[in-house]
Amino acid sequence: MNKTKVKTFDNFWERNRKSGGYLLRKKIMEIGVSVARFILLFGMCFLILQPILNKISVSFMTEQDLYNPIVISIPEHFTTANYKLAAELMTYSEALKNSFVISLTIAVLQIFVCTLVGYGFARFNFPFKKFWFACVILVILIPPQTISSSLHLHFKFFDILGLFKLIKGETLNLRGSILPYYLMSAGCMGLKNGLYIYMIRQFFRNIPADMEEAAYVDGCGTLKTFFRIMLPEAKPIITSCFLFSFVWQWTDGFYSKMFLGGTTLVSTSLARIVDSLGAYIQRITGVKTTISIAYSNCILATGTLMIIMPLIILYLFAQRQFVESISSTGIKM
Amino acid sequence: MKTKKNKLAGLQKRKAIAGYLFIAPFIIGFLVFMVKPFFQSLYMSFCNVELGSSAFNETWVGIVNYKQAFLVDPEFNRLLVEEIARMIVYSLAIIVFSFFVSLILNQKFKGRALVRAVFFLPVILSSGVIIGLESDNQLMATLAQQIETTTTGVSITDGIEQILTTAGVGTRAFEKVFEVIDNIYDVAIASGIQIIIFLSGLQTIPASMYEAADIEGCTKWESLWKITFPMISSLFLVNWIYTVIDFCMRSDNAVIEKIQKVMIDQLSYGPASAMSWVYFVIILAFVGITSGLISKGVYYYE
Repeated sequence: MNKTKVKTFDNFWERNRKSGGYLLRKKIMEIGVSVARFILLFGMCFLILQPILNKISVSFMTEQDLYNPIVISIPEHFTTANYKLAAELMTYSEALKNSFVISLTIAVLQIFVCTLVGYGFARFNFPFKKFWFACVILVILIPPQTISSSLHLHFKFFDILGLFKLIKGETLNLRGSILPYYLMSAGCMGLKNGLYIYMIRQFFRNIPADMEEAAYVDGCGTLKTFFRIMLPEAKPIITSCFLFSFVWQWTDGFYSKMFLGGTTLVSTSLARIVDSLGAYIQRITGVKTTISIAYSNCILATGTLMIIMPLIILYLFAQRQFVESISSTGIKM
Repeated sequence: MKTKKNKLAGLQKRKAIAGYLFIAPFIIGFLVFMVKPFFQSLYMSFCNVELGSSAFNETWVGIVNYKQAFLVDPEFNRLLVEEIARMIVYSLAIIVFSFFVSLILNQKFKGRALVRAVFFLPVILSSGVIIGLESDNQLMATLAQQIETTTTGVSITDGIEQILTTAGVGTRAFEKVFEVIDNIYDVAIASGIQIIIFLSGLQTIPASMYEAADIEGCTKWESLWKITFPMISSLFLVNWIYTVIDFCMRSDNAVIEKIQKVMIDQLSYGPASAMSWVYFVIILAFVGITSGLISKGVYYYE
């Protein structure tokens, strides 16, 4: 590699002369392009990373540092008190545990069901298939907010064909419990589930049918073929959909607030952190005071960091799965 | 009836049943958690909903809720128009930005994987609640303001902005462009998925095409418009739909916030349903019309 480079350099000017200056122009152009590209990309990466870096530096500052005009990114009084306070305000350990369990179970359930459905759409022919697939697209398109008011009531007065009313005399109130969300996830109506179905279907369609047919010919049943042959093939897309599901569930505010309101989750407790800070300060000082914007934002930044930390760690390990899967589905219309 | 039976005889029939079993969870979920609430919320939008202790009463009141949303509510019209205008501008910006970035990321250079990872990072970090918190972070806003006031005159964009606005041609359009440029962070963090989709499309274009064009004397600029653009035009459609939908469902969307507020804080389910239906119908019409227009220009290679 090195040797060839030296060789080209040796007669570079000669070659340049022969080509009438074309080579030099091309070389300069190439270098110019790569410099411009570097500047552009560096700027844009900085743009994306800057808020995170900023949060990290702010989270180690004392309140004093926040008002100090000299202190910009390196704190003068280094402290970890913000982390302790934010952890206390969010009931971090409990929220983390709850969030972890719920996100994990929901993600497993959602992806399991979505894989079944995606496979069904990709590999079988049945009447009204187009209609049902249009329904999947509709699920992607309908903002959950449209039906949220009705779902709200649906679960407040939950009933299956009037059974509960018959037995107990009143309908079940499932608001605040986590059961409705599990039911919805089992029915593919969770957060962005239409998208997962679409992606998984797209992936299954790209797998050649020969393998499946060979299995059928050898006497393998439909279910067995699915679990033994097709599922291992689809590992990449399932992993990545699972990761997406986990991550989006982790940070989701809408469904969490609506169905999981009674459970402490990192996403909902982060949304409340500023209010809890006010209550906390009022409790320890006994006086109702307004907290300064800077300080509450500092706590908010710390809380946000604490919540995204597990996700960043996950992303560092599974970056490939996140990015490559989307390209592997070959989304086309 | 008989012909239908014959059509689905034997293996085909079994396969059809198996297919239905596979998608059964979706059908059940769709009917129970989507269709029913969907029509119920449509019905509720024409009703006055009263909450009791053990049940709720709906009384038909006609289009009163819609009238209230449009004529009585002081904010709703304004929020709706603003949000849709914002959506159009930002969606366009996101598409252009992600196309541009994916063109750059498709070239070979050192550290490409790292840059790609950074661009994809916001998909993971700026979702759900976090994005809502980010947008009203006053500390950062004041910081930015401070920097702006202390560094007057140095800003290049300001200079260009002034030159272009005094030139007097299409001032309004320029203002929108500047608004987008000022908020390039919002655009950048919303375009992670789109970049990846474009990239995957770019990688399927055979290199031989570019080579042939190059030999025929085609410049890079020409091959961008004559090869790259048509080859991934179908992905523009995908990305456009995804972007619009994504934008409409973001939790920091003003209309969504308004609906949530009306529903949960004021407990007025009727008007909230009416508002969300108005919003939904507008989005659906918008997506339908624009994707219809775009799909006319899509070129399919195969």
